[in-house]
Amino acid sequence: MNIQFASFNEILAMGGHGLYVWVAVTVSVAVLAALLVVPWQSHTRALNQVRLRLERHAGGSAEEGVD
Amino acid sequence: MVTEVKKWQWFYRLGSPRWFYEITGRWLPWLLCAASLLLASGLFWGLLVAPPDARQGNSFRIIYLHVPAAILALVGYYIMALAGAVGLIWRIKMSFMVMKSAAPIGAALTFIALFTGAVWGKPSWGTYWVWDARITSMLILLFLYLGVLALQRAFSSAEMAYRASAILALVGTINIPIIYKSVDWWHTLHQPATLKLTSASSIHIDMLQPLIVMICGFYVFYVVALCLFTRAEIIRREATSAWVRALVSNESSR
Amino acid sequence: MARTPSFLAYVRRDVLLAYRRLGDTVAPLIFFTMVCTLVPLGLSPDPQRLSEIAPGIMWIMALLATLLSIERIFAFDFEDGSLEQLLIAPQLIALPVLAKIVAHWLVTGLPLTLLSPLLAMTLSLPTSAYPAMLLSLAIGSAYLSAVGAVGASLTVSLGRGGLLLPLLVVPLYMPIMIFGTATVFYAVDGLHWSGPLAAMGAMLCAALALCPLAAAAALRVTSA
Repeated sequence: MNIQFASFNEILAMGGHGLYVWVAVTVSVAVLAALLVVPWQSHTRALNQVRLRLERHAGGSAEEGVD
Repeated sequence: MVTEVKKWQWFYRLGSPRWFYEITGRWLPWLLCAASLLLASGLFWGLLVAPPDARQGNSFRIIYLHVPAAILALVGYYIMALAGAVGLIWRIKMSFMVMKSAAPIGAALTFIALFTGAVWGKPSWGTYWVWDARITSMLILLFLYLGVLALQRAFSSAEMAYRASAILALVGTINIPIIYKSVDWWHTLHQPATLKLTSASSIHIDMLQPLIVMICGFYVFYVVALCLFTRAEIIRREATSAWVRALVSNESSR
Repeated sequence: MARTPSFLAYVRRDVLLAYRRLGDTVAPLIFFTMVCTLVPLGLSPDPQRLSEIAPGIMWIMALLATLLSIERIFAFDFEDGSLEQLLIAPQLIALPVLAKIVAHWLVTGLPLTLLSPLLAMTLSLPTSAYPAMLLSLAIGSAYLSAVGAVGASLTVSLGRGGLLLPLLVVPLYMPIMIFGTATVFYAVDGLHWSGPLAAMGAMLCAALALCPLAAAAALRVTSA
């Protein structure tokens, strides 16, 4: 269980393949993160819309709370 | 009669958006922890600890993203089609919501598999793109996902969009094995096998262990993303229902 | 109570309707011819080079020509309401759908196939490959019609002129095109071309069995 690289620079270089490895990692991680952020945002947006509608109705008619 | 009801209770519970929303709300933090833990440790292990490949050096480390993404992209299509089939057969709206949520995730994972494959190809084949059998199949899978996504967005009625895209997903599912077989055959026809990246049997155990961790991590991540997308869809579809309104007013009063 | 029309009656009706709209029916054939003319202009008029790529070109053009016309398989019936009539009728609608597929092949796939030797000649395809090309195009275009019908049934209510239908259908067309071109390439190389042709036949059988069912289910969903 030893790290294969002696220094941080060697990690970045990856024996000459650093560019390929790190581009692949960065893009993949970014896409994965987007898969969490996008639904999270649309979830909050949907909840906010419900909240707005409720507030608008609360200001308007009193019959709204029946169901 | 009573036992019959009990036997099927879980099934109907599963079909209730409210139940799904509440149970995933409780599980999500744990699942998210597990996914990040597995992915972080798998990446650390694979990128830094695992020995470099004898032929490809360190560029082979891209495998730890490429293979899990490719597996989940394919599995995801079957999950999507299965959810669509359940929705069509038992008329369960919840199932359609899961199906709809699976499409963008699958498309994103297919993109990751293609992108990492292309980046990996440069140091090992000397070119970003070759018309290799597996890469071509993956590209067609991306097209299938894009078709489902486009069809979902084309209808103004949500119910119609659910059903239509479920049928398309099922048709695609029947076609996937045909596509894979035919593309495989086409590839052997046109060029002898170029440099083989890795055959699963020959991979060294020290390299395999982190790969398994990454595959598990991607599976858990897939579940997390699927739950998140589905929860957003539930709120959008059930916006007028009493329980969502109660949920919102409870939250804002707190 | 009206007698339910037979399978052949459905086919006859659709072929007749296609004949009445001759302009629309012939358009894919003209397209097929015109685009094949683009190839020597765009690549090279050299017979040697043309003959090398002719099978692939013919197949891609046939695929595009079918794609151009597949939308119409249900569109007219949707517009004039006869599709709705069909859907309320108390019978298996997969059968009329199959009839529509057959009719579409008769007015698109079959003429394309019959036209193909002419174009193959201009593209200098070796004469020995003609039987393989004719058979592969005949079987393949029937498959294109069957699978295309599923896509058309999913998009029929979305209005015309959309690019959605090709988006859904083209990935599903890829396997048959692989076998179709392979059949012709085999024939050009003097190999036995019955293998890929048999694969095409098997795929066509499966498509003819499943696609009408899928299209019928889709029609019930999208045009209800």
